[in-house]
Amino acid sequence: MILVIEQLLNGLQYGVMLFLMAAGLTLIFGIMGVINLAHGALYMVGAFVGTWVATETGSFWLGLPAALVAAMVTGVVVEALVVRRLYARDHLDQVLATFALILIFNQLVVLIFGRQPVFTPMPELFSGSLEILPGLFYPMYRLLIIATGLVVAIGLYLLINRTRVGMLVRAGATNRDMVRALGVDIRLLYTLVFGLGALLAGLAGYMTGPILSVQVGMGEQILLATFVVVVIGGLGSVKGALVAGLGLGIVDTMLRAFLPTLLLHFMEPSDAQAVGVGVSAMGIYLLMAIVLLFRPKGLFPAEG
Amino acid sequence: MSAILQIEGLVKRFGGLTATDHVTLDVREGEIHALIGPNGAGKSTLINQLCGELVSDEGTIRLAGTDVTQRPETDRIGMGLGRTFQIASLLQESTVRENVGLAVQAHVGHNMRLFDRRMARRDVWTEADAMIAESGLHGRGDTLVSDLSHGEKKQLELIMALAGNPRLLLLDEPMAGLGQFESQRMIEQLGALRGKFSMLLVEHDMDAVYALADRISVLVYGRVIMTGTAEEIRESAEVREAYLGAEEDV
Amino acid sequence: MKHLLSAAILLALFIALPFIADAVGQSSLMILGARMLAYAIAAASLNLILGYGGMVSFGHAAFFGVGAYVVGILAYHAGGDPLLGFIPGTNQMLITLPVAMIVSGLVALVIGALSLRTGGVQFIMITLAFAQMLFFFFVSLTAYGGDDGLIISRTNALFGLNMRNRMTLYFVTLVIAVLFFLVLWRIVHSSFGGILAGLRQNERRMSAMGIPAYRYKLVAFVLSGMGVGLAGALEANLLRFASPDMMHWIKSGDLIIMIILGGVGTFFGPIIGAAAFMLLEFYLAGWTEHWPLILGAILLVVVLGTKGGIGGLISRLTGGRT
Repeated sequence: MILVIEQLLNGLQYGVMLFLMAAGLTLIFGIMGVINLAHGALYMVGAFVGTWVATETGSFWLGLPAALVAAMVTGVVVEALVVRRLYARDHLDQVLATFALILIFNQLVVLIFGRQPVFTPMPELFSGSLEILPGLFYPMYRLLIIATGLVVAIGLYLLINRTRVGMLVRAGATNRDMVRALGVDIRLLYTLVFGLGALLAGLAGYMTGPILSVQVGMGEQILLATFVVVVIGGLGSVKGALVAGLGLGIVDTMLRAFLPTLLLHFMEPSDAQAVGVGVSAMGIYLLMAIVLLFRPKGLFPAEG
Repeated sequence: MSAILQIEGLVKRFGGLTATDHVTLDVREGEIHALIGPNGAGKSTLINQLCGELVSDEGTIRLAGTDVTQRPETDRIGMGLGRTFQIASLLQESTVRENVGLAVQAHVGHNMRLFDRRMARRDVWTEADAMIAESGLHGRGDTLVSDLSHGEKKQLELIMALAGNPRLLLLDEPMAGLGQFESQRMIEQLGALRGKFSMLLVEHDMDAVYALADRISVLVYGRVIMTGTAEEIRESAEVREAYLGAEEDV
Repeated sequence: MKHLLSAAILLALFIALPFIADAVGQSSLMILGARMLAYAIAAASLNLILGYGGMVSFGHAAFFGVGAYVVGILAYHAGGDPLLGFIPGTNQMLITLPVAMIVSGLVALVIGALSLRTGGVQFIMITLAFAQMLFFFFVSLTAYGGDDGLIISRTNALFGLNMRNRMTLYFVTLVIAVLFFLVLWRIVHSSFGGILAGLRQNERRMSAMGIPAYRYKLVAFVLSGMGVGLAGALEANLLRFASPDMMHWIKSGDLIIMIILGGVGTFFGPIIGAAAFMLLEFYLAGWTEHWPLILGAILLVVVLGTKGGIGGLISRLTGGRT
């Protein structure tokens, strides 16, 4: 039982990461109509720059703002130089240009930081474990990630539902022309949203650092899972990103944790391990297929 | 005369808004039935419900006696429905001839043939060339659609709808945006088709409506408030009040 | 006429290639040339739905990998235990290639049936995700090498030809490629091809003409998957290897890049694009390990700066229209 709760929390923590990524991706699509494959690259940039600063200074907390700023600045520059030219283009051009950005960013990171995976130092304050239930000690750092994700979710909710920028964002997601008609400086709004998405990606990348290794290609791994989240949640829906992100995070983690053991009852140990790992890696994609059968537009399709 | 199209109690809601509110009307065989009403009255919604792009919330649609309310758009087209779009919706990168040819081909069939030579299909191209030659686009067959004028695109819309050899034509504002001369020609063309096809004509241009329609229905706020001859509509105080009153709100 | 000329030039170049390679003493160029042909088939197959049909699939590497694994798995069982206890293995090319196409087509049927329920950006993401799912499937398939891939001990046999001879293998590939492009030409210019081009331009109009878009798009998707599967089967024969990397999503991106380099929706574009890409990769990769950086930069310039890829550039320079 304790093991199950522990894995549930792990799933929640992974789900929070997926949400941070998916929220940015889905907002960028919802408002600008752009599919950004390079979103994973922003995640990677945040992780690398943050980790570098943290290692140089020896402080996790100095690395954090560095990661956020680096990802956001990269995002804003990318928006201004490349993505801005893609708004009026078709999806094929968007896919190709942002795919090119992935190739470029991955090689730049190799050139600057090398191919060796690095680890982000754990913040000392959160390096221990907390007894959250009798007998269940859970790493405080993972709890921090979960809390951060929930804070971001609430923050986004307030931003979108309670502010003028949020009003424009909502309007933009349903009707792009209407926002233009309101006489808003649409360029600024786009840059802001792209920067925000990049910042969230950078946050996710850096927070992952102490748990997983920071290495080239890390962005693509999470990007693919993020796509599944966005598709299941409904393109353009932040609420969908939250629900699908947490749900998929938990499903994925539970499958990986328990499927191989479960399969031991039916097959040889070596086979059970391989099949279990394989099927659990496929799990979220199978889930997506099932959701698509019943809800082709995802769970929370954006209106309009 | 029997009815080619019978609509009963048709409803479409968008969230809280009721776009069409228990619409009941019919189009008789060979008749030109005009549907008029102020902007936002639900005319385009009704057209989209009829052709199957929108699923209706309530009511029934009968095409030549068959209930098609739950049938997909392509079925209805196959049963003899043809439509034009209010804003011309054509194959922009293709020539006029290719547009018409494809419309004829879609109707003639054999669309799943993977290894035939499309350009060598006599049944398709003879028909397409004849249709273009008889129309106002005579001699414009090799022009790209993106190079056509607005009026020519409206012409092409009509030709492509006719290429399906429909029993009932749904015409969504065929005069919209046309100049006086072009409008007049469109009226003559539609007039010449009288009797060959039944038509449901959505139109703002009242000259065209009075010139063409056998009967007129007035749609206001999603409801049909009256159906009658041009004479009856013209003299109805109710129509004048509702229609003109609503028009002023816009 | 113009098409005939392009075809003749391309064919002459590909016929000359092995003799040139022989003359300069680099017979490895023959394998590179044969792989260009395989990738040309893959890119052209993808172009059928992407360029002609307007469906941007980012998961076509999946079919490439499936085709390769069909060859690999059949060869693995050739002369040994039957597959699943009742399917005998084989290394006869006349059997393996059609089987590879059928299996890829079936996989494409399932993936397409689901993916085509959506459109636009979702379609891109979903095809990408399904390909990734297959990638993980083959990674976990430890019976056939899993992560490491599956080594194929001998190239498939065909009519008693000596397939170890590179020249022979090259020309077998060339003949298959020519046959493939003849069939593709017929499809593009068929009644079905006309409907497909119409769907790309205006799906709503096609529906109003009574064309059920989904059915036609699915058929195109399956045909496209079969073509890519054939290419994968050829690649497996050329490399004598099948691995999950063949269906990595970067590979899907490569296929699209080839189409872009050659010109979207043109018949010969994917051939030129595939050849250009393979040459670029071959020489850049030999020159610097950071060659994706250069590829990325070229791609960015092509996408942002030009319309119509290399083919478009050539025809603009020569003042012609494609």
